[in-house]
Amino acid sequence: MPSVIEVTDLRKSYGGRAVVDGVSFAVEEGEIFGILGPNGAGKTTTVECVEGLRVPDAGRVRVAGLDPVADHDEVVRILGAQLQQSELQPKLTVREALELYASFYPRPADWRPLAERLGLTARLGTRFGKLSGGQQQRLFIALALVGGPRVVVLDELTTGLDPRARRDTWQLIEDVRASGVTVLLVTHFMEEAQRLCDRIAVIDKGRVAALDTPAGLIRRSAGATVISFTPSAPLDEHELAALPAIASVEHKDGRITLSGTDETVNAVITLLARHHITAHQLRVLDATLDDAFLDLTKEAAA
Amino acid sequence: MNTAVLRTEFRLFRREPAAVFWIFLFPTLLLVILGSIPSFREADKSLGGLRPVDAYVPITVLVALIMSGVQSLPQVLTGHRERGILRRMRLTPVRPSALLSAPMVVLGTVALGSALLALVVGRLAFDVRLPEQPAGYLLALLLTTGAALALGSVVSALSRTTKMASAIGSAVFFPMMFCAGVWLPVQEMPHTLARVVQLTPFGAAARALGEAASGDWPGWGHLGVLAGWTVLLTAGAARWFRWE
Repeated sequence: MPSVIEVTDLRKSYGGRAVVDGVSFAVEEGEIFGILGPNGAGKTTTVECVEGLRVPDAGRVRVAGLDPVADHDEVVRILGAQLQQSELQPKLTVREALELYASFYPRPADWRPLAERLGLTARLGTRFGKLSGGQQQRLFIALALVGGPRVVVLDELTTGLDPRARRDTWQLIEDVRASGVTVLLVTHFMEEAQRLCDRIAVIDKGRVAALDTPAGLIRRSAGATVISFTPSAPLDEHELAALPAIASVEHKDGRITLSGTDETVNAVITLLARHHITAHQLRVLDATLDDAFLDLTKEAAA
Repeated sequence: MNTAVLRTEFRLFRREPAAVFWIFLFPTLLLVILGSIPSFREADKSLGGLRPVDAYVPITVLVALIMSGVQSLPQVLTGHRERGILRRMRLTPVRPSALLSAPMVVLGTVALGSALLALVVGRLAFDVRLPEQPAGYLLALLLTTGAALALGSVVSALSRTTKMASAIGSAVFFPMMFCAGVWLPVQEMPHTLARVVQLTPFGAAARALGEAASGDWPGWGHLGVLAGWTVLLTAGAARWFRWE
């Protein structure tokens, strides 16, 4: 099956500095694909090339087999977008904005249920300039979806939303995907990526540092499992450092925090039993995407 | 031309009381104030027997065009760009040309409406005769509208921000008002000055409208100057305009 979005060896420089330096990925139909990376990693530039707002210096971008720059007219009919920084006319009301954008498309979605889902119904008569930041953000999400797109590109989806609105928006995106829409999501918000994305490309310094499912990324990182406990007697530092697959050892207020893998967990329990040491408040936690992300982007930096 | 975009622009225009006042009401108000001065209603030899109030009707019409083209249009276009509205709309199936032409159509139409208001009020309140060469008057008016909008487009193409647009707009505004004859009708200017002023878009427009008002076909020289400026300014705006 051909991918809906294909990016192959994309390159873009500004003033001699490579912002995107050979990025490749492919997004399957009906997938929620995340692009994760530190600030300035080239995430936004990458999606702007997908949207056709920027012309790549080199490489190939295809959306449903179309070139976003050369076939701009066809691509905009099937692509919905929410930009990172954008405004509307301050004196345009929410209803007018929704009606205007719906009128641009051949088969628009009904904007009323969309406004309802995004909690905008009570604000339909309010002018854009009088909306709060979160309300403006929700309106932009509605405008990205109002054309009934096949592919939707969301850049910093939930920035500026309160926790409740954020969760509602995530649910909305899951519903949108369930209706067959492909979602390309730019974020630096780990919880969002872990909850929503089927696959994630971690971009750092203009390159893809890793591309995997959220669980795969966590498994891959060096400290996938974190073990912490307060030992009843001191432990030999060398023995801790010699544990299999150990990634780090930390001491704080008599408490030891180890990161490693499942193998490390088994070995540390054996070690404690051998020395007849009790582990008080033993906690074994899976690392989060946060840890995996820091680990991946640190590696790329080295 | 996209009617939804056009309707939206018109709606937004109506929500700007300052723009409505300066483009639609102020020119006629100016005419009423000047026409209320008794000496403005007496025939003047230097105006070829016209009363100043007669001479001021075409000038008033030009004020409406300057207000809309040079003052309002750059604000609207630059504002749309500064806020990322043009960028966002480029991701919709709307033609980019529709985004730029909609404010021009709205402001041009309102300015022509304002011109009509000035003509009607001049006729009813001060007995100023309606243009005796209506076709020539209309032609000159449409060419001037084109030149005014093209000038406004150049201003917005050269301004990165709305602040710059208003600074450049004001710098262009006063010379244009002078050339239109707001302080001294072109017919009364010293010969050399008048010759130079007639080469500017609004100087040529003032002469063309004046001629058509008194029954002559507007001079092709003046119409040519207007057409030339329109082409030149449009080319400049197209060359320098940036979407973001």
